[in-house]
Amino acid sequence: MLQVKGVYKTFNKGTVNEKRALNGVDLTLSEGDFVTIIGGNGAGKSTLLNSICGVFPVDKGSITIDGTDVTKLPEHKRAKYLGRVFQDPMMGTAADMWIEENMSLAYRRGKRRGLKWAITGKERSQYRYMLSQLGLGLENRLSSKVGLLSGGQRQALTLLMAVMQKPKLLLLDEHTAALDPKTAETVLNLSDKFIAEGKLTAMMITHNMKDAITHGNRLIMMHEGRIIYNVSGEEKKKLTVDDLLKKFADLSGEEFANDRALLN
Amino acid sequence: MLSFFASMPGAVAQGIIWGIMAIGVYLTFRILDVADLTVDGSMATGGATMVVCMMSGMNAGVAMLIAFAAGCAAGFVTGIFHTKFGIPAILAGILTQLILYSVNLRIMSQSANLPLSVDKYQLLLSLRNLPQAIVVASVFAAVIIALLYWFFGTEMGHSLRATGCNQNMAKANGINTDTNKIIGLVLSNGIVALSGSLLSQYQGFADINMGRGAIVIGLAAVIIGEVLLGKIFKNFALKLVAAVVGGIIYYIVITLVLRAGLNANDLKMFSALVVAVFLGIPYWKRKIAEGRTEKGDA
Ligand SMILES: Nc1ncnc2c1ncn2[C@@H]1O[C@H](COP(=O)(O)OP(=O)(O)OP(=O)(O)O)[C@@H](O)[C@H]1O
Ligand SMILES: [Mg+2]
Repeated sequence: MLQVKGVYKTFNKGTVNEKRALNGVDLTLSEGDFVTIIGGNGAGKSTLLNSICGVFPVDKGSITIDGTDVTKLPEHKRAKYLGRVFQDPMMGTAADMWIEENMSLAYRRGKRRGLKWAITGKERSQYRYMLSQLGLGLENRLSSKVGLLSGGQRQALTLLMAVMQKPKLLLLDEHTAALDPKTAETVLNLSDKFIAEGKLTAMMITHNMKDAITHGNRLIMMHEGRIIYNVSGEEKKKLTVDDLLKKFADLSGEEFANDRALLN
Repeated sequence: MLSFFASMPGAVAQGIIWGIMAIGVYLTFRILDVADLTVDGSMATGGATMVVCMMSGMNAGVAMLIAFAAGCAAGFVTGIFHTKFGIPAILAGILTQLILYSVNLRIMSQSANLPLSVDKYQLLLSLRNLPQAIVVASVFAAVIIALLYWFFGTEMGHSLRATGCNQNMAKANGINTDTNKIIGLVLSNGIVALSGSLLSQYQGFADINMGRGAIVIGLAAVIIGEVLLGKIFKNFALKLVAAVVGGIIYYIVITLVLRAGLNANDLKMFSALVVAVFLGIPYWKRKIAEGRTEKGDA
């Protein structure tokens, strides 16, 4: 479903702030894979996801989604294949627009937008049903401005918007990091539910080692722009947080350092 | 006092014409979230094109359509500067505005002022007949608002709103934000030029300086409309109506302060200061609110 081959990315090339964020990343995901990504601050996790989305061009290498080489495609054209939830709850929705308006925008991801009416009555009842799946009472607030919602509600809505038009790949970048623990759990459970029900292929960056172990069928660890550890199946299921920390120390020669990391 | 009331219909007619211009400003300033300075030039482009088309024997309706198209072209240039040259929107607008100064002079065969007499041409409105001018300008405003209301209810209109509201979200949902910004600038300047074509008919001439400071008048109209009617006008069409009402009130106030003895040459300073204060008010409100919570937390 996803092939990342030899991807390099350096920011601010040729300046004192030069920073090599991706240093030859290779990764292949099969359909239905759900991979969690861990790594220290600045390891290149977000840069990897942003490269897949086309937020910036990569220096070298190729990215293929479901057989289509998207390396040269601009961000808005790749969106057709991708569902995204950002770390910042403000980033995934349009605050000044209503819930149903936001949903209708997401419903047309990858489609041509013409002069047809933006929301049909039939859609509206679909949206109401989808929102009821979140269990947050949003189904009765179709015409509330999204800016009025809490961070958790916005993040849950962004998640729903990312999956309502089935993506080839769902990308979650620390999408629960800005939420309080209880809300974070709700959103994480919803993510699991949507991924399982939709048989989605997904990548989730998390700073919570335990979540990285308990969710998904694969796990990768990044360090200095490289994937230094890649496990799946039974081996992954058996991992403990201590195993991961030890693995990290062995492979990188450093202590694991992430200011948001939750180690247990 | 009597002469003040006598000058009201004129203020209302001008206010509506400038209110149409303010609708154009609303599209960029409020929906796309960019301040587009092209409008100072495209207002005059509309007027100049109108006069020259009438002089060449065209019918007023056709002339206005061409004026609209000329404004659209001006917006397109700014859009290309902004999205394809990577120039910040404000600077892109200033560059086009400067280009338009030369272009407008060329349109008017290098004269700074061209007359458009209602005695010689079949015009749609003129200050000689104020009631008619008010009706015609209102009809134009109503039709433009209706068309925009429809457009912003479509898929494309929604994607334009999303572009102005949150570019990250727009791109993540497959919206081409560059194209949308260009569309918005094209539409906005087309409407502004249409307002310029109405103004040239109303006043009976086109002038190279007729759009100078237009952005300030447009912003003033938008802000006055929001301050006075924002609480009750929530619907998009009504928000556009508020901008037109803002234009009318702006001209009534201007008429008033001129009567009260303000030097006409100081008018632009007066308008700019009023706009600065009204743009500052939401900022100050926020500051004060933040100051309060900080103290409250301590
Ligand atoms: N747009 C950018 N411009 C310049 N440098 C950047 C940019 N984005 C990321 N970087 C740098 O690239 C490196 C990798 O950053 P990235 O955001 O991918 O790390 P991360 O693994 O997501 O870390 P974190 O856990 O802190 O989110 C960092 O050193 C970062 O400062
Ligand atoms: Mg990150």
